[in-house]
Amino acid sequence: MNLILEMLSYPFLARAFMGGILVSLCAALLGVSLVLKRYSMIGDGLSHVSFGALSVAVAIGWAPLAVSVPVVVLAAYFLLRITENSRVKSDAAIAMISAGALAVGIVATSLSTGMATDVNSYMFGSILAMSPSDVRLMVVLSGAVLGLFGFCYNKMFAVTFDENFARAAGVKVSLYNVLIAVLTAVTIVLGMRMMGAMLISSLIIFPAVTSMRIFKSFRGVTVCSGVVSVVCFCVGMTMSYRFSTPAGASIVLVNLAMFGVFWAAARCVGR
Amino acid sequence: MSALITCSHVDFGYENQDAVMDLTLEIDEGDYFCVLGVNGSGKSTLVKGLLGLIKPTGGSLVVSQELKKTGIGYLPQQTSAQKDFPATVWEVVLSGALGLIGNRPFYRRREKEMALSAMERLGISDLRRRCYRELSGGQQQRVLIARALCAARKMLILDEPVTGLDPQAIQEFYSLVRELNRDGMTIFMVTHDVANVVGQAGKILHLQQKVLFYGSPEEYVKTAEGRGFLGGGAV
Repeated sequence: MNLILEMLSYPFLARAFMGGILVSLCAALLGVSLVLKRYSMIGDGLSHVSFGALSVAVAIGWAPLAVSVPVVVLAAYFLLRITENSRVKSDAAIAMISAGALAVGIVATSLSTGMATDVNSYMFGSILAMSPSDVRLMVVLSGAVLGLFGFCYNKMFAVTFDENFARAAGVKVSLYNVLIAVLTAVTIVLGMRMMGAMLISSLIIFPAVTSMRIFKSFRGVTVCSGVVSVVCFCVGMTMSYRFSTPAGASIVLVNLAMFGVFWAAARCVGR
Repeated sequence: MSALITCSHVDFGYENQDAVMDLTLEIDEGDYFCVLGVNGSGKSTLVKGLLGLIKPTGGSLVVSQELKKTGIGYLPQQTSAQKDFPATVWEVVLSGALGLIGNRPFYRRREKEMALSAMERLGISDLRRRCYRELSGGQQQRVLIARALCAARKMLILDEPVTGLDPQAIQEFYSLVRELNRDGMTIFMVTHDVANVVGQAGKILHLQQKVLFYGSPEEYVKTAEGRGFLGGGAV
């Protein structure tokens, strides 16, 4: 308890906690839909695109967020279209886009001098990256995500479970898909500054997969994902502070451990 | 008997490419209508057209006022993602009433009662809290029919409903569909399963972009298309 109070006495750590909890929550909720729709790789692809866009922005000297948010939103839209269009093999396309964006980012970094520490922190994350304006953006983002799940929960379920049926029932499926993609893109851009481009997709995928071990209803999985994600984030941050380990990696390890616990629990119950 | 859906010389297609051409048919109340055809013959396009998801590129498609009011229940082909989807039977069935809630965020009691009675009708009330992915293929299909019944009282559109079911489940499925049809539900089914369908459908449409055959099953088995599809030797 003292440890937590001590951590929160640093303003930058308090900001990191606040922002991180919101991002974890958003990523987990969106993750349920993405994982169930078999779009997990989109999260991973977007984080690489986001890294590329940030590196280029830093190299040229533009504001990183103003460049990367639109680029990643566009990328999200295209990745969704590729996945919907069965003529293109989507896993290959995502892998190509990921590697391409990563390469662009690395080349842009090596061509520009100085600034390398910034890019390094985008790659593996840094709790120092969280500024007050970032936290404000995260509050807006989480408001949008919670609003989507609160007011359109039943439509989200229908769109996730069966797009064709939802479409026949008059739900604007494409609108919801674009909405999910855009919110995911913003979540990734905001989250990767703390978690790092290489690790942010775990925030999207782990909580949903973990919850699916035990919960059998969509509502259960959604609620549990949110809780698991926030708990893992807080534990991971505390451990990172206590043992001086990188924050992003610590959080992913806690998520991995949580998955192990849920998996073992499901095994014991005998499913 | 009034026609629920009337098509005259309808074309459906995507981007200058017609998937279904010059289709004329009439679906009457109480019909048991089957569409046959090989893969890529335009069956799924026809289903999308009847559901209003794509617009005809030519001809006229008239949906009766009555059907617009009561809605069409749709049983889509199952996707692989659904097979291990964490959702309870109740959540899936209730989502059938989605078309009725409009912009309201939640279901009212009326929709919940519809879902309950649909489950009762299909004998799956005791599965209510079970997880969809743990059910057998036949049970999953019942759940999806219950969901479709929440959306419609007059007509069901079934798209390849028996794919992936074991033989016993297929027979149970057909007897269920016959029962629904006897109770006044109009059935429109797209299928490969000619052998079973010929014995029970009221009208058969054999599609290959154009209409190869349209009429009763008795006439169908006598035609070259029918014999070819049934494997030559039948009847």
